[in-house]
Amino acid sequence: MKKLLLDKVNVPGIKTFEVYRREGGYRSVEKALTMSPDAIVEEVKKSGLRGRGGAGFPTGLKWSFLAKPEGVPRYLVVNADESEPGTFKDRYLMEFLPHLLIEGIICSSFALGSNVSYIYIRGEYDWVSDILDTAIGEARQHGFLGKNILGSGFDCEIYTHRGAGAYICGEETALLESLEGKRGLPRIKPPFPAIKGAWGCPTVVNNVETICAVVPIMNDGGEAYSKIGIGKSTGTKLISACGNINKPGVYEIDMTVSVEDFIYSDEYCGGIANGKRLKACIPGGSSVPILPANLLLKTAKGEKRLMNYESLSDGGFITGSMMGSGGFEVLDEDQCIVRHTLTLARFYHHESCGQCSPCREGTGWLDKILTTIENGKGQMKDIDLLWDVQKNIEGNTICPLGDAAAWPVAAAIRHFRDEFEWHITNREECLVRNFGLAHYADELKIAATT
Amino acid sequence: MADEKPLIKITIDGITIQVPEGTSILNAARMIGPEVAPPTMCYYSKLQDSGGKCRTCLVEVSAGSTKDPRPMPKLVASCRTNVMDGMVVKNTTSEKTLDARKGVVEFLLINHPLDCPICDQAGECYLQDLSYGHGDGFTRYEFKRRTFVREDIGPYIQLHMTRCILCYRCVYVANQLTDNRVHGILDRGDQSDISTYISRAIDNDFSGNMIDVCPVGALTDRTFRFKNRVWFLKPMDAHRDCDKCCGKVTLWTRGEEVFRVTSRKDPWGEVQDIDGKAAWICNTCRFEKKKAADWVIEGPTSIDRHSVISANHYEVKEMPPDPLNKVLDNHSPMLLMDIRETSQVNQPDIDLSILPGPATSYTFKDHDEATEISKANEERLKINDHKKVY
Repeated sequence: MKKLLLDKVNVPGIKTFEVYRREGGYRSVEKALTMSPDAIVEEVKKSGLRGRGGAGFPTGLKWSFLAKPEGVPRYLVVNADESEPGTFKDRYLMEFLPHLLIEGIICSSFALGSNVSYIYIRGEYDWVSDILDTAIGEARQHGFLGKNILGSGFDCEIYTHRGAGAYICGEETALLESLEGKRGLPRIKPPFPAIKGAWGCPTVVNNVETICAVVPIMNDGGEAYSKIGIGKSTGTKLISACGNINKPGVYEIDMTVSVEDFIYSDEYCGGIANGKRLKACIPGGSSVPILPANLLLKTAKGEKRLMNYESLSDGGFITGSMMGSGGFEVLDEDQCIVRHTLTLARFYHHESCGQCSPCREGTGWLDKILTTIENGKGQMKDIDLLWDVQKNIEGNTICPLGDAAAWPVAAAIRHFRDEFEWHITNREECLVRNFGLAHYADELKIAATT
Repeated sequence: MADEKPLIKITIDGITIQVPEGTSILNAARMIGPEVAPPTMCYYSKLQDSGGKCRTCLVEVSAGSTKDPRPMPKLVASCRTNVMDGMVVKNTTSEKTLDARKGVVEFLLINHPLDCPICDQAGECYLQDLSYGHGDGFTRYEFKRRTFVREDIGPYIQLHMTRCILCYRCVYVANQLTDNRVHGILDRGDQSDISTYISRAIDNDFSGNMIDVCPVGALTDRTFRFKNRVWFLKPMDAHRDCDKCCGKVTLWTRGEEVFRVTSRKDPWGEVQDIDGKAAWICNTCRFEKKKAADWVIEGPTSIDRHSVISANHYEVKEMPPDPLNKVLDNHSPMLLMDIRETSQVNQPDIDLSILPGPATSYTFKDHDEATEISKANEERLKINDHKKVY
């Protein structure tokens, strides 16, 4: 498979403008400036590119929704506030290929008619922000940014904006609020940002990887891009693999790879670390439902599960999960699902913005109940209570953070209820264990497939 | 309101109404009446941008519009969703909505201290109404509740953050009515705290309206704290000439004394529109004028909110028919002092002072008749014995 994004990542000095340009960088900008903006949008539509931030909304469609009133500026905002536990693909892209992002932004800005673009970058990524600033400076020096790019009459400016460490600011409307200098609280939709976004102007908010993927689309054409992959999952996807695997890291895959191959082949994760067995996996970042090994490798219909949008969500949330943002977290047989769920619940409790009541109160409640179960003080009715609480949060909140907090808990109870029950019936044992529940996993005969 | 706007049809709980375009589902439901209007905790029609936060007004949209009759996948916040032509909304008829609402009430209450017996807001508290109307009578929350230290913000307002449900209304009041907002939300998530930055005082002519908009007892009137329960007070409409505000208020009196002054509320518990403008009142009217002599009293306020304060106030209730006759099978009841003719009183031939107990109708009746009945009743016979003695 030909890598589209990470092709040149190992070229020494690719961070600098000279090397990047020598390796064929900024070709797409030259090409784009000769095209009409609508033709670029059409090309992106043809490519079937879907948003890489998590929701998987078709990018071309999103761009075509952008309102274009006269005399009002439009903005492109790149969402680099990657804070989901387990996801680190955007950092990798920005850190090693800053010019790829800038190239993508220039093409996208031209297509959208936006003269000012912002990169809203996670506050903790301070060194990445510096790398981007340097790259933006270089691009400006060489005439790819600023006024009248390459004599085309198109002006484009890029500014980086550092977040202040809030997960919620990765939600697009909260991001815009934060960009405007306000509290990062999600707005109530509608109006969508495409109509009323940053400073009340039409705005497109896209993930870093999405914008980067515009570059190969421009270079090779939307047709060619849509031929990679399978079905509606076109192109390549970056997966940040982590957890109990031999080779954690960022991998670029075309979406025909099966989950089993991805975990066990040497090209990708290289199998489970220390010869352990696979117990469960979160295939798309911490907010998507966890899947036990048997459902992860095969769908409920008995088909092989592939690493793409459709296959991973096959069976809905009962027997499936989601592609999400591509944070692939693998848990081996020693890992404790209750402790794992607690860690996630604590994260969402900490990151809830507190604007709407189900999420504000519910995430804290989930955290507290899970803490008692984890500490051997739970009761059987707590499991049903957890289920009720997550059900009351899900779908009733302003933004998807509520759903993201509810889904992992729901999936953990759905697939690993016996483990919760074990924690409640074996109070002493679950307190003194050093880590995991190895003997427990044996007892249960959790599907050990190789 | 803009009259030119075309009217569109919306059906809520099977009742169809025509409303101007741009109306929210909630306001359309309010036009129909309180039976179908979803409850609100954070939405306040007089405050721009309010709403959408508490999620108590969630409704199910079973058909988006005539053009696109697909149902909406999630419940929507009715206060911030505009109606579309041909929209079909289910509020009280939807199981899903009622379940979600119950869940929201539970969430709002888990960190609420439930100190209604000592809370000044009790009786006119939205959260009380909401939890009686939509909540369960018990809690499943077994953890320590979130608490904060009470704080005086300014000379007139006390902040009791523990009771707050974070509706943001007071923030909108400060933004939209006063010229300088000095308080806001600090921290995030369930540790969010409404406060001024390093205990600055809220000192503004219209800051008192925050107390009116607060749905719970988080912001209370310091001049009224622990003075009286609201249901003991009589609300009276009154006005005075005020150079800052409209001067039209409700006085809460007991006897001659004015205990507190608030703005006038409409049936939804919001400030009334008077002459097309929301009748916010200034701090002078609210806190300084606490004598009946300061005001021209117009008359008793009519209260039609479903809450404790509306009880016992000026309501002429139709009495149910007296069931006694039916129970006694049309026999007339025995009454104490069943005196029918004045002559019996004016010319009694019985010395009442010698009776052992109170006189009854039998005391005045004929001896024969009395004995007849007395056979059935020893108690009465005793009394008639005395009569015999006489």
